[in-house]
Amino acid sequence: MKKLLELKDLSAGYDKNIVLENVSFEVFSGDFIGIIGPNGGGKTTLIKTILGLIKPASGEMNMLISKTNIGYLPQVNQIDKRFPISVIDVVRSGKANSALFSSFHKNTAEKEKAEALLAEMGISHIRNKAIGELSGGQMQRVFLCRALMNQPELLILDEPSTYVDNNFEGELYLKLKELNEQMAILLISHDVGTISFFVKTIACVNRTVHHHPSNIISEEQLASYNCPLQIITHGNIPHTVLKQHDEHEHHGHNH
Amino acid sequence: MGTIIELFSYDFFVNAFWASLLAAISCGIVGTYIVSRRIVFISGGITHASFGGIGMGYYMGINPLIGAGIFSILSGMGIQLFSSKGKVREDSSIAIWWSLGMAIGIIFVYMTPGYAPNLMSYLFGSILTVSSAELWLMAALSAIIVLFFTLFYRTILYVAFDEDFARTSDLPVDLFNYLLMILISLTIVLNIRVVGIILILSLLTIPQATANVLTREFSRMMVYSVVFAFLASFIGLLISYFADIPSGATIIFTQVVLFGLVKLIFVLHPSR
Repeated sequence: MKKLLELKDLSAGYDKNIVLENVSFEVFSGDFIGIIGPNGGGKTTLIKTILGLIKPASGEMNMLISKTNIGYLPQVNQIDKRFPISVIDVVRSGKANSALFSSFHKNTAEKEKAEALLAEMGISHIRNKAIGELSGGQMQRVFLCRALMNQPELLILDEPSTYVDNNFEGELYLKLKELNEQMAILLISHDVGTISFFVKTIACVNRTVHHHPSNIISEEQLASYNCPLQIITHGNIPHTVLKQHDEHEHHGHNH
Repeated sequence: MGTIIELFSYDFFVNAFWASLLAAISCGIVGTYIVSRRIVFISGGITHASFGGIGMGYYMGINPLIGAGIFSILSGMGIQLFSSKGKVREDSSIAIWWSLGMAIGIIFVYMTPGYAPNLMSYLFGSILTVSSAELWLMAALSAIIVLFFTLFYRTILYVAFDEDFARTSDLPVDLFNYLLMILISLTIVLNIRVVGIILILSLLTIPQATANVLTREFSRMMVYSVVFAFLASFIGLLISYFADIPSGATIIFTQVVLFGLVKLIFVLHPSR
Protein backbone atom coordinates (compact mmCIF):
# COMPACT_ATOMS: atom_id res chain seq x y z
CA MET A 1 0.00 0.00 0.00
CA LYS A 2 1.25 3.38 -1.04
CA LYS A 3 0.77 6.38 1.22
CA LEU A 4 -1.00 9.17 -0.66
CA LEU A 5 -1.12 11.93 1.92
CA GLU A 6 -0.55 12.60 5.58
CA LEU A 7 -1.59 15.35 7.95
CA LYS A 8 0.44 15.88 11.14
CA ASP A 9 -0.87 17.94 14.09
CA LEU A 10 -2.66 20.12 11.61
CA SER A 11 -4.93 23.01 12.54
CA ALA A 12 -7.02 24.87 10.00
CA GLY A 13 -9.98 27.21 9.72
CA TYR A 14 -11.20 30.50 8.36
CA ASP A 15 -9.34 33.64 9.45
CA LYS A 16 -8.96 33.44 13.23
CA ASN A 17 -11.74 30.91 13.61
CA ILE A 18 -10.00 27.55 13.99
CA VAL A 19 -12.30 24.69 12.96
CA LEU A 20 -9.86 21.78 13.02
CA GLU A 21 -7.27 21.21 15.72
CA ASN A 22 -4.36 18.77 16.01
CA VAL A 23 -5.49 16.59 13.17
CA SER A 24 -3.30 13.63 12.29
CA PHE A 25 -4.66 11.63 9.42
CA GLU A 26 -3.29 9.41 6.69
CA VAL A 27 -4.69 8.12 3.42
CA PHE A 28 -3.30 5.07 1.60
CA SER A 29 -4.02 3.72 -1.84
CA GLY A 30 -7.01 1.39 -1.70
CA ASP A 31 -8.61 3.29 1.19
CA PHE A 32 -12.35 3.98 1.18
CA ILE A 33 -12.91 6.30 4.11
CA GLY A 34 -16.33 7.57 5.13
CA ILE A 35 -16.03 10.98 6.77
CA ILE A 36 -18.81 11.66 9.24
CA GLY A 37 -19.46 14.23 11.91
CA PRO A 38 -21.90 16.92 13.01
CA ASN A 39 -22.60 20.02 10.91
CA GLY A 40 -19.91 22.60 11.54
CA GLY A 41 -17.60 19.87 12.84
CA GLY A 42 -15.06 20.50 10.09
CA LYS A 43 -15.74 17.82 7.45
CA THR A 44 -15.65 20.24 4.53
CA THR A 45 -12.76 22.19 6.10
CA LEU A 46 -10.77 18.94 6.25
CA ILE A 47 -11.17 18.18 2.55
CA LYS A 48 -10.70 21.80 1.49
CA THR A 49 -7.40 21.74 3.37
CA ILE A 50 -6.41 18.53 1.61
CA LEU A 51 -7.37 20.11 -1.72
CA GLY A 52 -5.24 23.15 -0.97
CA LEU A 53 -8.22 25.53 -0.93
CA ILE A 54 -7.52 26.42 2.71
CA LYS A 55 -4.02 26.99 4.05
CA PRO A 56 -3.34 25.19 7.33
CA ALA A 57 -2.86 27.53 10.31
CA SER A 58 -0.27 25.19 11.82
CA GLY A 59 1.05 21.67 11.53
CA GLU A 60 2.04 19.99 8.31
CA MET A 61 0.46 18.33 5.33
CA ASN A 62 2.46 16.07 3.05
CA MET A 63 0.90 15.41 -0.30
CA LEU A 64 2.67 12.47 -1.86
CA ILE A 65 0.78 12.60 -5.15
CA SER A 66 0.37 15.44 -7.63
CA LYS A 67 -2.45 17.89 -6.86
CA THR A 68 -3.96 17.21 -10.28
CA ASN A 69 -4.20 13.52 -9.38
CA ILE A 70 -7.01 14.28 -6.97
CA GLY A 71 -10.58 14.13 -8.24
CA TYR A 72 -13.05 16.39 -6.44
CA LEU A 73 -16.83 16.44 -6.32
CA PRO A 74 -17.99 19.53 -4.39
CA GLN A 75 -21.32 20.00 -2.63
CA VAL A 76 -24.00 20.62 -5.24
CA ASN A 77 -25.19 23.80 -3.53
CA GLN A 78 -21.77 25.35 -4.23
CA ILE A 79 -22.55 25.19 -7.95
CA ASP A 80 -24.40 27.97 -9.79
CA LYS A 81 -27.06 25.92 -11.56
CA ARG A 82 -28.04 28.73 -13.92
CA PHE A 83 -24.55 29.16 -15.30
CA PRO A 84 -24.58 28.87 -19.11
CA ILE A 85 -22.43 25.77 -19.53
CA SER A 86 -23.13 22.45 -21.21
CA VAL A 87 -22.69 19.02 -19.63
CA ILE A 88 -19.81 18.08 -21.94
CA ASP A 89 -17.92 21.27 -21.05
CA VAL A 90 -18.41 20.64 -17.32
CA VAL A 91 -16.92 17.17 -17.71
CA ARG A 92 -14.05 18.48 -19.85
CA SER A 93 -13.23 21.05 -17.16
CA GLY A 94 -12.03 18.07 -15.10
CA LYS A 95 -8.89 18.18 -17.21
CA ALA A 96 -8.59 21.92 -16.84
CA ASN A 97 -4.83 21.87 -16.30
CA SER A 98 -4.54 21.38 -20.04
CA ALA A 99 -7.01 24.19 -20.72
CA LEU A 100 -4.62 27.14 -21.04
CA PHE A 101 -4.35 27.86 -24.77
CA SER A 102 -6.53 24.81 -25.44
CA SER A 103 -8.45 26.71 -28.12
CA PHE A 104 -5.45 26.12 -30.37
CA HIS A 105 -5.35 22.36 -30.47
CA LYS A 106 -8.42 20.25 -30.73
CA ASN A 107 -7.91 17.98 -27.73
CA THR A 108 -9.65 15.03 -29.32
CA ALA A 109 -8.29 12.65 -26.67
CA GLU A 110 -9.74 14.82 -23.91
CA LYS A 111 -13.10 15.03 -25.66
CA GLU A 112 -13.21 11.28 -26.25
CA LYS A 113 -12.38 10.65 -22.60
CA ALA A 114 -15.26 12.90 -21.55
CA GLU A 115 -17.63 11.12 -23.96
CA ALA A 116 -16.50 7.73 -22.67
CA LEU A 117 -17.15 8.73 -19.04
CA LEU A 118 -20.62 10.04 -19.91
CA ALA A 119 -21.38 6.75 -21.67
CA GLU A 120 -20.10 4.79 -18.68
CA MET A 121 -22.52 6.65 -16.40
CA GLY A 122 -25.30 6.14 -18.93
CA ILE A 123 -25.88 9.85 -19.56
CA SER A 124 -24.51 10.35 -23.10
CA HIS A 125 -27.91 11.64 -24.23
CA ILE A 126 -27.65 14.75 -22.03
CA ARG A 127 -24.18 15.75 -23.26
CA ASN A 128 -25.36 19.01 -24.86
CA LYS A 129 -27.86 20.00 -22.18
CA ALA A 130 -27.23 22.96 -19.94
CA ILE A 131 -26.31 22.14 -16.38
CA GLY A 132 -29.50 23.79 -15.11
CA GLU A 133 -31.74 21.41 -17.06
CA LEU A 134 -30.60 18.30 -15.19
CA SER A 135 -32.15 16.38 -12.32
CA GLY A 136 -30.23 16.01 -9.08
CA GLY A 137 -29.07 12.51 -9.95
CA GLN A 138 -27.93 13.49 -13.43
CA MET A 139 -26.04 16.45 -12.03
CA GLN A 140 -24.15 14.31 -9.52
CA ARG A 141 -23.24 11.88 -12.31
CA VAL A 142 -21.90 14.77 -14.39
CA PHE A 143 -19.79 16.01 -11.48
CA LEU A 144 -18.55 12.47 -10.86
CA CYS A 145 -17.48 12.31 -14.53
CA ARG A 146 -15.67 15.63 -14.11
CA ALA A 147 -13.88 14.34 -11.00
CA LEU A 148 -12.75 11.24 -12.91
CA MET A 149 -11.37 13.04 -15.98
CA ASN A 150 -7.78 13.01 -14.72
CA GLN A 151 -7.88 9.33 -13.69
CA PRO A 152 -7.26 10.38 -10.09
CA GLU A 153 -5.41 8.34 -7.48
CA LEU A 154 -7.58 9.93 -4.82
CA LEU A 155 -11.27 10.78 -5.22
CA ILE A 156 -12.85 13.20 -2.75
CA LEU A 157 -16.64 13.55 -2.59
CA ASP A 158 -18.54 16.08 -0.46
CA GLU A 159 -22.10 14.90 0.22
CA PRO A 160 -22.72 13.33 -3.21
CA SER A 161 -26.11 12.01 -2.14
CA THR A 162 -27.84 15.36 -1.59
CA TYR A 163 -30.68 16.14 -4.02
CA VAL A 164 -30.64 12.62 -5.47
CA ASP A 165 -33.31 9.95 -5.27
CA ASN A 166 -32.78 6.76 -3.29
CA ASN A 167 -32.38 4.63 -6.41
CA PHE A 168 -29.48 6.66 -7.65
CA GLU A 169 -27.97 6.85 -4.18
CA GLY A 170 -27.60 3.07 -4.07
CA GLU A 171 -26.28 3.05 -7.63
CA LEU A 172 -23.76 5.76 -6.78
CA TYR A 173 -22.33 3.88 -3.82
CA LEU A 174 -22.01 0.67 -5.86
CA LYS A 175 -20.18 2.69 -8.53
CA LEU A 176 -17.86 4.10 -5.89
CA LYS A 177 -17.14 0.61 -4.61
CA GLU A 178 -16.17 -0.36 -8.14
CA LEU A 179 -13.98 2.75 -8.55
CA ASN A 180 -12.31 1.97 -5.24
CA GLU A 181 -10.46 -0.88 -6.98
CA GLN A 182 -8.52 1.78 -8.91
CA MET A 183 -8.36 4.71 -6.50
CA ALA A 184 -8.60 5.73 -2.88
CA ILE A 185 -11.85 7.46 -1.90
CA LEU A 186 -12.77 10.00 0.77
CA LEU A 187 -16.54 10.31 1.12
CA ILE A 188 -18.23 12.95 3.27
CA SER A 189 -21.72 12.07 4.34
CA HIS A 190 -24.20 12.95 7.04
CA ASP A 191 -25.82 9.54 6.55
CA VAL A 192 -23.70 7.30 8.75
CA GLY A 193 -25.90 4.24 8.42
CA THR A 194 -25.88 4.14 4.64
CA ILE A 195 -22.23 4.81 3.98
CA SER A 196 -21.00 2.39 6.63
CA PHE A 197 -22.26 -0.40 4.38
CA PHE A 198 -19.96 0.65 1.54
CA VAL A 199 -16.87 2.23 3.06
CA LYS A 200 -13.93 0.33 4.52
CA THR A 201 -13.16 2.65 7.42
CA ILE A 202 -14.82 5.61 9.10
CA ALA A 203 -13.29 8.90 10.19
CA CYS A 204 -15.25 11.00 12.64
CA VAL A 205 -14.59 14.73 12.31
CA ASN A 206 -15.54 17.04 15.15
CA ARG A 207 -12.85 19.69 15.74
CA THR A 208 -10.37 16.86 15.42
CA VAL A 209 -10.31 13.57 13.50
CA HIS A 210 -10.71 10.04 14.85
CA HIS A 211 -10.00 7.44 12.21
CA HIS A 212 -11.89 4.34 13.22
CA PRO A 213 -10.21 1.20 11.87
CA SER A 214 -13.38 -0.44 10.52
CA ASN A 215 -16.68 0.49 8.96
CA ILE A 216 -18.66 -0.48 12.03
CA ILE A 217 -19.04 2.16 14.63
CA SER A 218 -21.44 2.24 17.54
CA GLU A 219 -23.20 5.15 19.14
CA GLU A 220 -21.13 4.57 22.26
CA GLN A 221 -17.94 4.91 20.25
CA LEU A 222 -19.27 8.01 18.56
CA ALA A 223 -20.00 9.43 21.98
CA SER A 224 -16.49 8.63 23.20
CA TYR A 225 -15.11 10.41 20.09
CA ASN A 226 -17.24 13.38 21.11
CA CYS A 227 -19.08 12.96 17.82
CA PRO A 228 -22.75 13.63 18.57
CA LEU A 229 -24.47 11.76 15.72
CA GLN A 230 -27.49 9.55 15.63
CA ILE A 231 -27.34 6.48 13.48
CA ILE A 232 -30.44 6.69 11.31
CA THR A 233 -31.21 5.87 7.72
CA HIS A 234 -34.27 6.44 5.59
CA GLY A 235 -35.87 4.64 2.70
CA ASN A 236 -34.95 1.44 0.98
CA ILE A 237 -31.22 1.82 0.78
CA PRO A 238 -29.26 -1.14 2.06
CA HIS A 239 -27.52 -0.19 5.24
CA THR A 240 -25.88 -1.68 8.27
CA VAL A 241 -27.63 -1.53 11.58
CA LEU A 242 -24.72 -0.95 13.82
CA LYS A 243 -25.89 -1.20 17.34
CA GLN A 244 -27.09 -4.71 17.88
CA HIS A 245 -25.09 -6.64 15.32
CA ASP A 246 -21.48 -7.62 15.08
CA GLU A 247 -21.52 -8.29 11.38
CA HIS A 248 -22.96 -6.45 8.43
CA GLU A 249 -26.57 -7.18 7.95
CA HIS A 250 -28.53 -6.28 4.90
CA HIS A 251 -31.66 -4.40 5.85
CA GLY A 252 -34.26 -2.47 4.05
CA HIS A 253 -36.66 -0.88 6.41
CA ASN A 254 -38.56 2.34 6.60
CA HIS A 255 -38.82 4.80 9.38
CA MET B 1 -33.93 53.19 -47.06
CA GLY B 2 -32.40 55.85 -49.28
CA THR B 3 -32.20 58.27 -46.37
CA ILE B 4 -30.35 55.70 -44.25
CA ILE B 5 -27.71 55.26 -46.97
CA GLU B 6 -27.51 59.04 -47.26
CA LEU B 7 -26.77 59.21 -43.54
CA PHE B 8 -23.55 57.30 -44.13
CA SER B 9 -22.20 60.26 -46.09
CA TYR B 10 -21.99 62.18 -42.81
CA ASP B 11 -18.79 61.60 -40.85
CA PHE B 12 -20.55 61.84 -37.50
CA PHE B 13 -22.97 59.11 -38.52
CA VAL B 14 -20.24 56.80 -39.81
CA ASN B 15 -18.45 57.29 -36.49
CA ALA B 16 -21.64 56.52 -34.61
CA PHE B 17 -22.12 53.36 -36.69
CA TRP B 18 -18.63 52.11 -35.81
CA ALA B 19 -19.13 53.09 -32.18
CA SER B 20 -22.29 50.98 -31.94
CA LEU B 21 -20.54 48.00 -33.57
CA LEU B 22 -17.43 48.24 -31.36
CA ALA B 23 -19.51 48.80 -28.22
CA ALA B 24 -21.54 45.71 -29.11
CA ILE B 25 -18.39 43.57 -29.44
CA SER B 26 -16.77 44.60 -26.16
CA CYS B 27 -19.98 44.85 -24.12
CA GLY B 28 -21.48 41.68 -25.62
CA ILE B 29 -18.49 39.53 -24.68
CA VAL B 30 -17.54 41.09 -21.35
CA GLY B 31 -21.22 41.34 -20.37
CA THR B 32 -21.68 37.60 -20.90
CA TYR B 33 -18.90 37.02 -18.38
CA ILE B 34 -20.44 39.55 -15.96
CA VAL B 35 -23.93 38.07 -16.15
CA SER B 36 -22.76 34.44 -15.97
CA ARG B 37 -20.57 35.18 -12.99
CA ARG B 38 -23.32 37.23 -11.29
CA ILE B 39 -21.12 40.29 -10.82
CA VAL B 40 -23.56 42.81 -12.29
CA PHE B 41 -23.67 44.79 -9.06
CA ILE B 42 -19.85 45.01 -8.88
CA SER B 43 -19.88 46.31 -12.46
CA GLY B 44 -22.47 48.92 -11.48
CA GLY B 45 -20.18 50.02 -8.64
CA ILE B 46 -17.19 50.34 -10.97
CA THR B 47 -19.25 52.29 -13.51
CA HIS B 48 -20.48 54.89 -11.06
CA ALA B 49 -17.15 55.14 -9.24
CA SER B 50 -15.59 56.17 -12.55
CA PHE B 51 -17.52 59.45 -12.34
CA GLY B 52 -14.98 60.50 -9.70
CA GLY B 53 -12.30 60.26 -12.38
CA ILE B 54 -14.35 62.25 -14.86
CA GLY B 55 -14.75 65.08 -12.33
CA MET B 56 -11.04 64.95 -11.55
CA GLY B 57 -10.23 65.07 -15.26
CA TYR B 58 -12.31 68.25 -15.65
CA TYR B 59 -10.69 69.87 -12.64
CA MET B 60 -7.13 69.05 -13.71
CA GLY B 61 -7.77 69.76 -17.36
CA ILE B 62 -6.91 66.27 -18.62
CA ASN B 63 -9.10 63.94 -20.71
CA PRO B 64 -11.89 62.83 -18.34
CA LEU B 65 -11.72 59.28 -19.76
CA ILE B 66 -8.17 58.89 -18.39
CA GLY B 67 -9.41 59.84 -14.93
CA ALA B 68 -12.38 57.51 -15.35
CA GLY B 69 -10.05 54.64 -16.29
CA ILE B 70 -7.91 55.14 -13.20
CA PHE B 71 -10.95 55.40 -10.91
CA SER B 72 -12.71 52.37 -12.34
CA ILE B 73 -9.69 50.07 -12.05
CA LEU B 74 -8.95 51.34 -8.52
CA SER B 75 -12.55 50.86 -7.44
CA GLY B 76 -12.62 47.34 -8.91
CA MET B 77 -9.54 46.45 -6.87
CA GLY B 78 -10.86 48.40 -3.87
CA ILE B 79 -14.15 46.48 -3.82
CA GLN B 80 -12.29 43.16 -3.76
CA LEU B 81 -9.79 44.40 -1.17
CA PHE B 82 -12.48 45.76 1.18
CA SER B 83 -14.51 42.56 1.12
CA SER B 84 -11.65 40.03 1.21
CA LYS B 85 -9.20 41.74 3.60
CA GLY B 86 -11.29 44.40 5.31
CA LYS B 87 -14.16 42.07 6.25
CA VAL B 88 -16.74 44.47 4.80
CA ARG B 89 -19.74 42.66 3.29
CA GLU B 90 -19.33 42.65 -0.47
CA ASP B 91 -22.53 44.51 -1.31
CA SER B 92 -21.72 47.16 1.29
CA SER B 93 -18.20 47.45 -0.09
CA ILE B 94 -19.66 47.99 -3.59
CA ALA B 95 -22.02 50.68 -2.30
CA ILE B 96 -19.17 52.50 -0.53
CA TRP B 97 -17.06 52.73 -3.72
CA TRP B 98 -20.10 53.46 -5.87
CA SER B 99 -21.13 56.51 -3.83
CA LEU B 100 -17.58 57.64 -3.00
CA GLY B 101 -16.75 57.90 -6.71
CA MET B 102 -19.95 59.83 -7.45
CA ALA B 103 -19.30 62.18 -4.50
CA ILE B 104 -15.72 62.91 -5.57
CA GLY B 105 -16.94 63.56 -9.11
CA ILE B 106 -19.61 66.02 -8.00
CA ILE B 107 -17.16 67.91 -5.76
CA PHE B 108 -14.57 68.23 -8.54
CA VAL B 109 -17.13 69.33 -11.13
CA TYR B 110 -18.38 71.95 -8.67
CA MET B 111 -14.85 73.21 -8.03
CA THR B 112 -14.04 73.46 -11.75
CA PRO B 113 -14.39 77.11 -12.78
CA GLY B 114 -17.02 77.86 -15.40
CA TYR B 115 -19.45 75.48 -17.04
CA ALA B 116 -18.34 71.85 -17.49
CA PRO B 117 -18.82 71.17 -21.20
CA ASN B 118 -19.97 67.72 -22.31
CA LEU B 119 -20.71 66.67 -18.74
CA MET B 120 -24.12 65.44 -19.80
CA SER B 121 -22.59 63.32 -22.55
CA TYR B 122 -20.61 61.37 -19.95
CA LEU B 123 -23.68 60.84 -17.80
CA PHE B 124 -26.17 59.98 -20.53
CA GLY B 125 -23.97 59.17 -23.52
CA SER B 126 -23.74 60.81 -26.89
CA ILE B 127 -22.93 58.34 -29.62
CA LEU B 128 -23.17 61.01 -32.35
CA THR B 129 -20.22 62.96 -30.91
CA VAL B 130 -17.77 60.08 -30.48
CA SER B 131 -14.38 61.16 -31.88
CA SER B 132 -12.07 59.20 -34.17
CA ALA B 133 -9.48 58.90 -31.42
CA GLU B 134 -12.06 57.36 -29.11
CA LEU B 135 -13.09 54.97 -31.89
CA TRP B 136 -9.50 53.76 -32.28
CA LEU B 137 -9.33 53.10 -28.54
CA MET B 138 -12.62 51.18 -28.69
CA ALA B 139 -11.33 49.17 -31.65
CA ALA B 140 -8.11 48.30 -29.80
CA LEU B 141 -10.10 47.21 -26.75
CA SER B 142 -12.47 45.07 -28.83
CA ALA B 143 -9.50 43.39 -30.51
CA ILE B 144 -7.87 42.66 -27.15
CA ILE B 145 -11.11 41.24 -25.76
CA VAL B 146 -11.80 39.02 -28.77
CA LEU B 147 -8.21 37.74 -28.70
CA PHE B 148 -8.21 37.17 -24.93
CA PHE B 149 -11.53 35.33 -24.88
CA THR B 150 -10.56 33.18 -27.88
CA LEU B 151 -7.12 32.25 -26.58
CA PHE B 152 -8.19 31.54 -23.02
CA TYR B 153 -11.81 30.52 -23.62
CA ARG B 154 -11.74 27.33 -21.58
CA THR B 155 -9.77 28.79 -18.70
CA ILE B 156 -12.17 31.75 -18.45
CA LEU B 157 -15.17 29.42 -18.62
CA TYR B 158 -13.86 27.01 -15.97
CA VAL B 159 -12.76 29.74 -13.55
CA ALA B 160 -16.10 31.51 -13.91
CA PHE B 161 -18.16 28.34 -13.48
CA ASP B 162 -16.45 26.81 -10.46
CA GLU B 163 -13.60 28.80 -8.95
CA ASP B 164 -12.74 26.26 -6.24
CA PHE B 165 -12.57 23.39 -8.71
CA ALA B 166 -10.40 25.50 -11.03
CA ARG B 167 -8.03 26.08 -8.10
CA THR B 168 -7.75 22.36 -7.46
CA SER B 169 -6.84 21.97 -11.15
CA ASP B 170 -3.96 24.43 -10.69
CA LEU B 171 -5.45 27.04 -13.02
CA PRO B 172 -4.17 30.61 -12.38
CA VAL B 173 -7.49 31.70 -10.85
CA ASP B 174 -6.37 34.92 -9.13
CA LEU B 175 -4.49 36.13 -12.21
CA PHE B 176 -7.56 35.62 -14.40
CA ASN B 177 -9.86 37.28 -11.87
CA TYR B 178 -7.67 40.39 -11.92
CA LEU B 179 -7.19 40.43 -15.70
CA LEU B 180 -10.94 40.14 -16.22
CA MET B 181 -11.61 42.85 -13.64
CA ILE B 182 -9.28 45.16 -15.59
CA LEU B 183 -11.02 44.26 -18.88
CA ILE B 184 -14.42 44.99 -17.28
CA SER B 185 -13.15 48.40 -16.08
CA LEU B 186 -11.74 49.31 -19.50
CA THR B 187 -14.90 48.15 -21.26
CA ILE B 188 -17.03 50.33 -19.02
CA VAL B 189 -14.81 53.41 -19.40
CA LEU B 190 -14.40 53.24 -23.18
CA ASN B 191 -18.12 52.73 -23.74
CA ILE B 192 -19.25 55.53 -21.42
CA ARG B 193 -19.37 57.92 -24.39
CA VAL B 194 -21.83 55.65 -26.20
CA VAL B 195 -24.61 55.33 -23.63
CA GLY B 196 -23.29 57.13 -20.55
CA ILE B 197 -22.49 56.18 -16.96
CA ILE B 198 -26.13 55.94 -15.95
CA LEU B 199 -27.03 53.52 -18.74
CA ILE B 200 -23.88 51.50 -19.53
CA LEU B 201 -24.93 48.64 -17.26
CA SER B 202 -27.77 47.90 -19.66
CA LEU B 203 -25.37 47.17 -22.56
CA LEU B 204 -23.66 44.67 -20.29
CA THR B 205 -26.83 42.88 -19.21
CA ILE B 206 -29.85 43.27 -21.55
CA PRO B 207 -28.35 41.75 -24.76
CA GLN B 208 -27.09 38.90 -22.56
CA ALA B 209 -30.56 38.35 -21.12
CA THR B 210 -31.93 38.25 -24.67
CA ALA B 211 -29.21 35.79 -25.73
CA ASN B 212 -29.90 33.68 -22.65
CA VAL B 213 -33.48 33.15 -23.86
CA LEU B 214 -32.09 31.33 -26.90
CA THR B 215 -29.04 29.53 -25.52
CA ARG B 216 -27.52 28.27 -22.32
CA GLU B 217 -24.05 27.84 -23.72
CA PHE B 218 -21.34 30.37 -22.84
CA SER B 219 -19.72 30.71 -26.28
CA ARG B 220 -23.05 31.05 -28.12
CA MET B 221 -24.27 33.49 -25.50
CA MET B 222 -21.26 35.73 -26.25
CA VAL B 223 -21.90 35.70 -30.01
CA TYR B 224 -25.67 36.23 -29.71
CA SER B 225 -25.09 39.05 -27.19
CA VAL B 226 -22.83 40.87 -29.64
CA VAL B 227 -25.46 40.50 -32.39
CA PHE B 228 -28.34 41.69 -30.19
CA ALA B 229 -26.29 44.54 -28.75
CA PHE B 230 -25.39 45.73 -32.24
CA LEU B 231 -28.91 45.35 -33.64
CA ALA B 232 -30.46 47.33 -30.81
CA SER B 233 -27.73 49.97 -30.81
CA PHE B 234 -28.01 50.58 -34.54
CA ILE B 235 -31.80 50.61 -34.61
CA GLY B 236 -31.81 52.83 -31.52
CA LEU B 237 -29.35 55.15 -33.20
CA LEU B 238 -31.59 55.51 -36.27
CA ILE B 239 -34.70 56.10 -34.19
CA SER B 240 -32.97 58.70 -32.04
CA TYR B 241 -31.71 60.49 -35.16
CA PHE B 242 -35.04 60.61 -36.95
CA ALA B 243 -37.17 61.26 -33.86
CA ASP B 244 -34.59 63.69 -32.47
CA ILE B 245 -34.53 62.14 -29.00
CA PRO B 246 -31.47 61.30 -26.82
CA SER B 247 -29.43 58.45 -28.36
CA GLY B 248 -28.30 56.65 -25.19
CA ALA B 249 -31.80 56.35 -23.78
CA THR B 250 -33.24 55.30 -27.15
CA ILE B 251 -30.61 52.56 -27.53
CA ILE B 252 -31.45 51.15 -24.11
CA PHE B 253 -35.16 51.34 -24.83
CA THR B 254 -34.60 49.41 -28.07
CA GLN B 255 -32.58 46.78 -26.15
CA VAL B 256 -35.51 46.18 -23.82
CA VAL B 257 -38.04 46.04 -26.67
CA LEU B 258 -35.82 43.52 -28.49
CA PHE B 259 -35.59 41.43 -25.32
CA GLY B 260 -39.38 41.53 -24.96
CA LEU B 261 -39.89 40.47 -28.58
CA VAL B 262 -37.46 37.55 -28.40
CA LYS B 263 -38.94 36.42 -25.10
CA LEU B 264 -42.45 36.66 -26.52
CA ILE B 265 -41.54 34.65 -29.65
CA PHE B 266 -39.89 32.04 -27.47
CA VAL B 267 -42.89 31.76 -25.16
CA LEU B 268 -45.25 31.36 -28.14
CA HIS B 269 -42.95 28.84 -29.90
CA PRO B 270 -41.09 27.12 -27.08
CA SER B 271 -39.81 24.35 -29.37
CA ARG B 272 -37.57 26.74 -31.26
